[in-house]
Amino acid sequence: MYSVKEQDLGTPAPPAALGLAAPLVTLDVDGTTVTVPEGTSIMRAASLTGVQVPRLCATDSIKAFGSCRLCIVEVEGKRGFPASCTTLVQDGMKVRTQTPKLAQLRRGVMELYISDHPLDCLTCPANGNCELQDMAGVVGLREVRYGLKGANHLEAEKDTSNPYFTFDPTKCIVCSRCVRACEETQGTFALTVQGRGFDSVISAGGTDFMSSECVSCGACVQACPTATLMEKSLVDHGQPDHVVKTTCAYCGVGCSFRAEVKGNEVVRMVPDKNGQANDGHSCVKGRFAWGYATHKDRVTTPMIRKSPEDPWTVVSWPEALKYAASEITRIQAKYGQASVGGITSSRCTNEETWLVQKLIRAGFGNNNVDTCARVCHSPTGYGLKATLGESAGTQDFASVDHSDVILVIGANPTQGHPVFASRLKRRLREGAQLIVADPRTIELVRQPHVEAAFHLQLRPGTNVALANALAHVIVTEGLADDAFARARCDVAEYEKWRTFISLPHNSPEATEAITGVSAASVRGAARLYAGARNGAIYYGLGVTEHSQGSTMVIAIANLAMCTGNLGKPGAGVNPLRGQNNVQGACDMGSFPHELPGYRHVSDANVRAGFESVWGVILDPEPGLRIPNMFDAALEGTFKAIYVQGEDIAQSDPDLRHVDAALRAMECVIVQDIFLNETAKFAHVFLPGATFLEKDGTFTNAERRIGRVRKVMPSRSGMADWEITCALAEQLGYPMHYEHPSQIMDEIASLMPTFTGVSYEKLDKLGSIQWPCNATAPDGTPTMHVGEFVRGKGKFIITEFVATEERVTPMYPMLLTTGRTLSQYNVGAQTRRTENVRWHSEDVLELHPHDAEERGINDGDWVMLKSRAGETRLRADLTQRVQPGIVYTTFHHPITRANVVTTDLSDWATNCPEYKVTAVQVRRAPNQGAPVEAK
Amino acid sequence: MSPAKLARMANQIGAFFASEPDHALAVEGVASHLRRFWEPRMRHQLVAWVVDTGGPDLSPLVLEAVQTNRARLTTLTPRNGPK
Repeated sequence: MYSVKEQDLGTPAPPAALGLAAPLVTLDVDGTTVTVPEGTSIMRAASLTGVQVPRLCATDSIKAFGSCRLCIVEVEGKRGFPASCTTLVQDGMKVRTQTPKLAQLRRGVMELYISDHPLDCLTCPANGNCELQDMAGVVGLREVRYGLKGANHLEAEKDTSNPYFTFDPTKCIVCSRCVRACEETQGTFALTVQGRGFDSVISAGGTDFMSSECVSCGACVQACPTATLMEKSLVDHGQPDHVVKTTCAYCGVGCSFRAEVKGNEVVRMVPDKNGQANDGHSCVKGRFAWGYATHKDRVTTPMIRKSPEDPWTVVSWPEALKYAASEITRIQAKYGQASVGGITSSRCTNEETWLVQKLIRAGFGNNNVDTCARVCHSPTGYGLKATLGESAGTQDFASVDHSDVILVIGANPTQGHPVFASRLKRRLREGAQLIVADPRTIELVRQPHVEAAFHLQLRPGTNVALANALAHVIVTEGLADDAFARARCDVAEYEKWRTFISLPHNSPEATEAITGVSAASVRGAARLYAGARNGAIYYGLGVTEHSQGSTMVIAIANLAMCTGNLGKPGAGVNPLRGQNNVQGACDMGSFPHELPGYRHVSDANVRAGFESVWGVILDPEPGLRIPNMFDAALEGTFKAIYVQGEDIAQSDPDLRHVDAALRAMECVIVQDIFLNETAKFAHVFLPGATFLEKDGTFTNAERRIGRVRKVMPSRSGMADWEITCALAEQLGYPMHYEHPSQIMDEIASLMPTFTGVSYEKLDKLGSIQWPCNATAPDGTPTMHVGEFVRGKGKFIITEFVATEERVTPMYPMLLTTGRTLSQYNVGAQTRRTENVRWHSEDVLELHPHDAEERGINDGDWVMLKSRAGETRLRADLTQRVQPGIVYTTFHHPITRANVVTTDLSDWATNCPEYKVTAVQVRRAPNQGAPVEAK
Repeated sequence: MSPAKLARMANQIGAFFASEPDHALAVEGVASHLRRFWEPRMRHQLVAWVVDTGGPDLSPLVLEAVQTNRARLTTLTPRNGPK
């Protein structure tokens, strides 16, 4: 339920067939003629004419249920009083929504509801925003003839176990909107109606919400028409007075939210039902975990110090910026122009990222700029550019609604991209088939109403062998879409690839020994994917964070091209990007070899375009990548770094190496909202702003550019884009902008895929998927339609090359790392929210057989050691992992899981091989308090 | 940067292009990748190390790519002139 009202049409729009317009139906509602698509409910048709039929159990985010009997109408020529929510329109139908008989019946229904409802409206947190209260007024309820002293539920106990919302059964009308939202919107099935008749109550599986399977997405709270399910923040603060639409700053789904605000204080965040990425859904992070923005740990004043060993000195903005600039200038004078660089932030806006790379290229005078995509999806950029011609996913999220077979490789959407996962699960419940390729038994493999047809449980590090085997089956069994491949792709390259992939060593029977996946499963999965009318591939960091990350991305593109699964809805190659604006950061030119728009720095014409606007001559040579910066720092040729919104001292691999590199630098400038791990090595701290404190745009995993709008004033007095401008000014390269919209105008003037993008158009359309230009003025939901961006698709040979990281007698197990639902990346934000209730520490998943061999019990402290480092964490015995494989997350700095990961990286991009580390695990000798990682 | 690390990275690139059936294309693939993605000081160090030591840790493909493209790998791209 929205505090600041949005139109609710009562029932969802009828499902549209792909590419087909539904036949139209014309009817009369209270004397007004309305024409709607076939399959529309009377309630929705009435709403479209401006007639609100009274209702309680209906809302337009979930299917009609027909239980409350308040929405009854009269239909000419029909007997009785049909529910308008479940009765569909018919041509020529004449509907009456207000008659004396209907009014009488509705009042009777309301009397029954109110006879078992507390009459505490004045002190109820939903006062003024309660659909039950509204309906009582609408139907003209004046008395409750049954009295209020009969059997009731008014003594039921309130459930306050969830940190973010309460469940007050005394106010519940058992409309089941929460149950249906949990099923239809979220797909978790955590709630049910328990009991029958008067005894019916909403139940979280017979336990409290916190102990239940509830994932705290908020869909039930959103759907509740009363104060039964209500945000604690709303209970505490009261109703908001205005709304600001913005975009979530957590994962790459990029959900659109309505920040409901009172003054400058956020009362709650509500998913925008018109949000084109999320369709009104949310997850526990975006919906509830925004309290970090006002956390006491926020640093709001600039600070400097001569050495990381010194205490910080709080200084003014001018002093901090002057000091930072003077250090950059001094170091460049002493060590050379290429001795400094910077890292853009995938958590900041496109405009802010643009300015940082501009400052480095034009102000610092080199291309030593990189971004966190280096350690996540840089292989996606390389692999998709090489094969298809564009460094981005090919579809919109809605595409999955048309998929028949969905191949999820190395991704865990229910944890990492939960709102997309809900959409995916909905499609699976509709009958699409699922193939999961993952070393772990992730939730998608089997959960209520979802079961993978194949779980290809491969050994970490063998992705390419598996993909090659899938392609081998498709080609050698004649399942390839030859006509598509020959028409749309380079035929000579296709033939060369076919010859390679048909070689016996790529057969499933040959790769079985490498991957651990049975040949029969591989053959079955390949046939299923190749036989689909629409086959879609979704992948994540389990693909990219390998020494063959780029090769695997290419192999995925090969699979899609050879089956004709590109250039149409329902198909495609879809990288699930990790951070909120990692796609945008890459688009904006954050890589050291590419100017914005993925154009190589060596292209003189491209440089000339930027030079004419930026007024400088640009460096034509590629700069250092993040790991190269560390290596150069240790050799003494890289001495200063400007890090905006990225915690490299926690997120990057081989942390001892990172620590040493940062210590070797003479000036580390950290711009962040908290004193993060990297700030421990910093000389200058510039306090950044949260997404609630600034304007800009984020670009999500489907290339969708969404507006970020300022909700509250910046705590430090500056937005991040203003800080970068001020630093540039001090460095003698002034960049003048009055508003981020002007930065976007500059972006649009210099990037061919953005020429049609402006804040004005974003406000008009809600969001835009690039490319947006003269060819596609409203954006591009599906790429490569008719022709690939590069012209002909390019098949590339993908020979499997085993990683150098091998198990040994000393390190006999393989560690792979990942994320969990409640925490985000290094946890800087989510650790400062109640989300720690779900994940208070990183744990090591260990198979019971491996644990038994080592004398480890569930919950024991264990030592996890690799050739790079050692840490200690608790054991979680589970069969989610195979014997010989262990798994952990990297959300908590006390664990510093990345002290264990190594410096091995992808051959093409240096993306670290987080997913394969040979380790030893033993029970910690001291089972007391944790020790710091080393 | 350490020659061992540069050699390892270069050999990884070589391992990818080694599957290219046309040897000339494989050599070009390695050289082109180094030229387009490696920062100049890394290229210079790799070339200098090959010149000094013969690149004993490099795969034959990578060694050939470096030796036959020394000038290309070490010559800097000219900047655009002032407008």
